[in-house]
Amino acid sequence: MLDIRLIEGIFSPAGALHAFTAAHGEAGGVASFCGQVRPGGGVEALELTHYAPLTLAGMEDIVQKAQARFVLDGALAWHRVGTMMPGEPIVLLAAAATHRRNAIDAVDFVMDHLKSAAWFWKREKRSDGWHWISPREADHEDIARWR
Amino acid sequence: MIKVVYLGKLADIAREAQSDFASTSDGLGWAGLLDLLESHGSTELADAVRADTVKLAVNGQLLADRALLDARDGDEIALLPPVSGG
Repeated sequence: MLDIRLIEGIFSPAGALHAFTAAHGEAGGVASFCGQVRPGGGVEALELTHYAPLTLAGMEDIVQKAQARFVLDGALAWHRVGTMMPGEPIVLLAAAATHRRNAIDAVDFVMDHLKSAAWFWKREKRSDGWHWISPREADHEDIARWR
Repeated sequence: MIKVVYLGKLADIAREAQSDFASTSDGLGWAGLLDLLESHGSTELADAVRADTVKLAVNGQLLADRALLDARDGDEIALLPPVSGG
């Protein structure tokens, strides 16, 4: 089962994981990652914009690649769009597989690809206004690990 | 009409999220689009869109080469600057 969503508004990572785990009782393990808006640096808010015709399809493509590569029983990828506050969840990933290494690696793979290849544009609000965010060099290095 | 959607910082430069342009019978190509952006928007907008890192999608399909643009009445062109990542 693949559960891939764009979400406007706050969501509960714990609730989503509970449901995902319950739906994959046959799996040997479930790995997950939850990204949050990082507090600090004077950031007051983070805004993610997306382009509907491309963004969800792009996420589906990344997760399907992970499913084929790591032999998953299922995967979940929820990503928020809109304005969010420090400490709030931005992204939740989960992968269920027969063996733990596949589940852990799948989550790592999907997150690295989302960070540099997904159709999101991000800006953060600081005391002096909004600033657009570019990918870090480290994000490009992270994705290169999977080639 | 041809709809042009500005993503990321291009929306700031355009000062709007999208524009509607009248279509012509012979289609809108890449050079024609840049001319429209300059005349209806600004030189700054046209220059920002001209950057090699900006990609184009037509009706949700990414173009492999911007020179392939041939937009017709009813089409939606998205101007996609480099992504920030998720």
